[in-house]
Amino acid sequence: MIRKNASEMAAALAAKEISSVELVNAHYDRIAEVDTQVKAFLYLDKDGALSQAKAVDDARAKGETLAPLAGVPVALKDIFTQKGVPTTAGSKILEGWRPPYDATVTANLKKNGIVILGKTNMDEFAMGSSTENSAYHPTHNPWDLTRIPGGSGGGSSASLAAFEAPLALGTDTGGSIRQPAAVTGTVGVKPTYGAVSRYGMIAFSSSLDQGGPCARTVLDAALLHEAIAGHDPKDSTSINAPTPKVVDAAKRADVKGLKIGVIKELQGDGYQKGVLNRFNESIELLSSLGAEIVEVSCPSFEYALAAYYLIAPSECSSNLARFDAMRYGLRVGAGDAEAVMSATREAGFGREVKRRIILGTYALSSGYYDAYYGSAQKVRTLIMQDYAKAFAGVDVLVSPTAPTTAFKIGEKSNDPLAMYLNDVATIPVNLAGICGMSLPSGLADEDNLPTGFQIMAPAMEDQRLYNVGAALEAALLSKWGAPLLAKAPALGGSK
Amino acid sequence: MNYEQVIAKYEPVMGLEVHVELNTNSKMFCGCATVFGAEPNTQTCPVCLGLPGSLPVVNETAIESAIKIGLALNCKVTPFSRFARKNYFYPDMPKNYQTSQYDEPICFDGHLDVEIETEEGPKSFRIEIERVHMEEDTGKSLHMGGATGRIHGADYSLLDYNRAGIPLIEIVTKIIPGTGKYGPEVAKAYVAELRDILRSIGVSDVKMEQGSLRCDANVSLRLIGSDSLGTRSETKNVNSLRSVERAIRGEMIRHAELLEKGEKVKQETRHFQEDTGTTRSGRSKEQAEDYRYFQDPDLVPVAPSAEWIEALRKSLPEKPSAHRKRLQEAWSVPDKEMAAMINADLLGTVEATVNLGADPTKARGWWLGEISRIANEKELAVEELSISPKDVAEIVELIQKGELTDKLARQVVEGVINGEGTPADVIAKRGFKVVSDDGALLAAIEKVCAAMPDVAEKVRGGHLPAAGALIGAVMKETKGQADAAKVRELLLGHLGQA
Amino acid sequence: MSSLSRAEVAKLAKLARIEMTDAELDALSSEFAVILGAVDRIQGAPLADVQPTSHPLPINNVTRPDVVIPSLTPEESLSGAPAQEEQRFRVPQILGEE
Repeated sequence: MIRKNASEMAAALAAKEISSVELVNAHYDRIAEVDTQVKAFLYLDKDGALSQAKAVDDARAKGETLAPLAGVPVALKDIFTQKGVPTTAGSKILEGWRPPYDATVTANLKKNGIVILGKTNMDEFAMGSSTENSAYHPTHNPWDLTRIPGGSGGGSSASLAAFEAPLALGTDTGGSIRQPAAVTGTVGVKPTYGAVSRYGMIAFSSSLDQGGPCARTVLDAALLHEAIAGHDPKDSTSINAPTPKVVDAAKRADVKGLKIGVIKELQGDGYQKGVLNRFNESIELLSSLGAEIVEVSCPSFEYALAAYYLIAPSECSSNLARFDAMRYGLRVGAGDAEAVMSATREAGFGREVKRRIILGTYALSSGYYDAYYGSAQKVRTLIMQDYAKAFAGVDVLVSPTAPTTAFKIGEKSNDPLAMYLNDVATIPVNLAGICGMSLPSGLADEDNLPTGFQIMAPAMEDQRLYNVGAALEAALLSKWGAPLLAKAPALGGSK
Repeated sequence: MNYEQVIAKYEPVMGLEVHVELNTNSKMFCGCATVFGAEPNTQTCPVCLGLPGSLPVVNETAIESAIKIGLALNCKVTPFSRFARKNYFYPDMPKNYQTSQYDEPICFDGHLDVEIETEEGPKSFRIEIERVHMEEDTGKSLHMGGATGRIHGADYSLLDYNRAGIPLIEIVTKIIPGTGKYGPEVAKAYVAELRDILRSIGVSDVKMEQGSLRCDANVSLRLIGSDSLGTRSETKNVNSLRSVERAIRGEMIRHAELLEKGEKVKQETRHFQEDTGTTRSGRSKEQAEDYRYFQDPDLVPVAPSAEWIEALRKSLPEKPSAHRKRLQEAWSVPDKEMAAMINADLLGTVEATVNLGADPTKARGWWLGEISRIANEKELAVEELSISPKDVAEIVELIQKGELTDKLARQVVEGVINGEGTPADVIAKRGFKVVSDDGALLAAIEKVCAAMPDVAEKVRGGHLPAAGALIGAVMKETKGQADAAKVRELLLGHLGQA
Repeated sequence: MSSLSRAEVAKLAKLARIEMTDAELDALSSEFAVILGAVDRIQGAPLADVQPTSHPLPINNVTRPDVVIPSLTPEESLSGAPAQEEQRFRVPQILGEE
């Protein structure tokens, strides 16, 4: 049962072949079996989940109309507040903190009857591309336990790849949903900025952060997308328009006559050969399905990484100022308030977080604002202009999601710059506020590790991602004969 | 040095920053209540506590109030206004940044004209307004363990975040030169006029003692006639109009004394001490910090439409200064008396009394005369006395109708203030009744004339001054409840001297 | 500006209220040489006449009506407090005048 897709599970629940309680317990069994190896979870909320599941079962028994995914379990990235449940954002500074309120996303899941199994591991405060920056422990890629699962949302994607959950929630600031999806052979979507409420999503970089669905198939992701997206009056940056019909698009899966643009700057040197091979094959598949492939150029993308590593640290240096030992979280140190604040932030934040806070403080400081933060905001404009120009001639843009497959745990952790380069293809999407999806495009020849295919669409046109993604997914499934994850090692030695 | 010595050589340049706490029902960025004096931390939520994940949404009435304030101060309204984060650490600020405005304040470039009394007569000064912007208030700390409850010597502090997030409007003047020796008065008049305007447009209860109107005064000195600017000091903790004047005067003297000694004035923040009227150096919580302002990414721009701004402009009430001029003309009040009424802060009270039907001159006379005298005696402010415009209007009417003499009326006023009730209650309780019945008066007159035949004879003989003693006796006979003029008339008539 | 001296990093750490060890300050200073080198690339971008974008979304005027919404209870608000007294957050001595 745990090997099924979320939509298959939903169908089974609707047909009363299985109860939600049974389904949830089956997943907890699986977690018990494999999570000592994968370490995707930081916290399991068995009591909460089982009572949620029972409530859904009761409602179903009464014949009430339920949401499409009611009773299906989900893993929640530990960046979303869940009332009464430990929420850490992967940091020691929030160890043991139980929020007194639910994030809007959390509330939406509960409203839809989607059962929250627990909180997944992440790079501390979403800063990282490998989940090695978690203050608690790294997460291991189910495809090869010595390798990273991507980041910052490695826990969520790993839980999917290990069949510990059929659905997961992530957040994406520079690729933190898409890149883990790529290296774990799963699907991850960053919706248009403003599509999913940020209320209750612990902030890293406010103008880039966005919550999104993770799943094993494009249709599952679409179902989850519709459950969590929508206008939220508690979030001033929330889009006040109906959510695009992504489920319909995923079912349509038709690329005939569509124009697909390949971004010249997002391939070539720096991209692993196996990644490029799989990417090109997917392009050919799409072409054979009736899409027209063109090459486009986005020259400003050259500056995207620099702009991101100025904007994100700047905003986070301000967003993380609230962690000061006064109202919640860790408190260590002696002496006056300032001494306690400084000692706590020193003890409670990890290296990468401190690095970015200092960088951000610098980029915003008087005398440097124009050269750094101010300039980065201008690069943003250039990137949006490049996208607008490109989209004028095509329906979607595509690229490999990440330049390499999963590297070994510890391999890049001493080289911050090398780590940052993992995001070079995903960052432009966040800077422009448009939407992007990563779906599995096969295994790289060199190492038999998953690669990801990235689709990008203009803001508020998220349905295009799902249409093209589903079409490609179906074609690849046809080609492979079985989902990619069927090739993943069997962890725990049992089904 | 004394003040005269200071102003003989130096002139002040001032800058005034006023913070106004708006009277909105809910906070600036969240729906928490703003009730003053509530139990600690009962009006807090994830947003105003700065809990991880919380987000702000701006209060539309706060924007409206900010625009109204700007319009009342003759400002331009920005078509495109943004919020910025002012980043610094302090335990009373939950996010360790204040959501404020930086280079795109909601209103800018206005002015306010104030008038003060000088030796050469009334003089008008135009104060230029640099900007009006929106921000949020901080929480309140109680400093525990020290002797005085002040921060010095405290062991720890207790934080209440009820106040955190309440909307604040900051009004900043451009520098104010050219006031010479009247600097302190001009500053006081500015704050007073500002307060009246804010009260008249109904955006705040502007109570300086409660902190809903706060003033920071910047002062520097320069030699008279000089073009350059001296080093300024900022004075905080100025909690009343009188303190505004005293603080600036005190700073002028302090600066002059330093300069005369050849020392430099330090650019610093100082705290006004009510008891001594001087300032003390304070280590500001924002000392020399780089605020790293940047546009708040959690909020979107405020772009008020031209139509809305026009509608708000039309909704503004008459300006206090125009209002005052209108009243002065209508009541025919000489300048000096008008100034006295304004200085005593009794214009509103007198107006209320007139609106209830009282003659303006009489109303003025009572409030600035007898009632003010009693207030002074009791060392209270007039507002603190238990007598209302309604009471005074009633008394004036009774005198008008002849049912009270001035003398009796004074006793009624005293009675009302002492809590004996309304004028009618006092009159009934004390048995006041003007004896205006001619018959009763004549009876008293005959009685008195019979008792004092020699004096009566004198009056009959044409010696009118003697009537005084008889009138006095009649007044005594009627327990002072007769109208003296009437008594005289009847007496003279009775004695053939009408 | 493509590097930060240890003293400059120390100043920034103070501004950010993080009490770093000497070793950390040294490490950051050398890391910054590399990071700033990469970030400095931005100076090469064609930014003349370009307006900054502070927001990907072209929305203005998102407001809420001035209506009171129930708050958290004091227990909920104080639930995370490292220390509390008399229904207030208890914090260490704050230096400086207010």
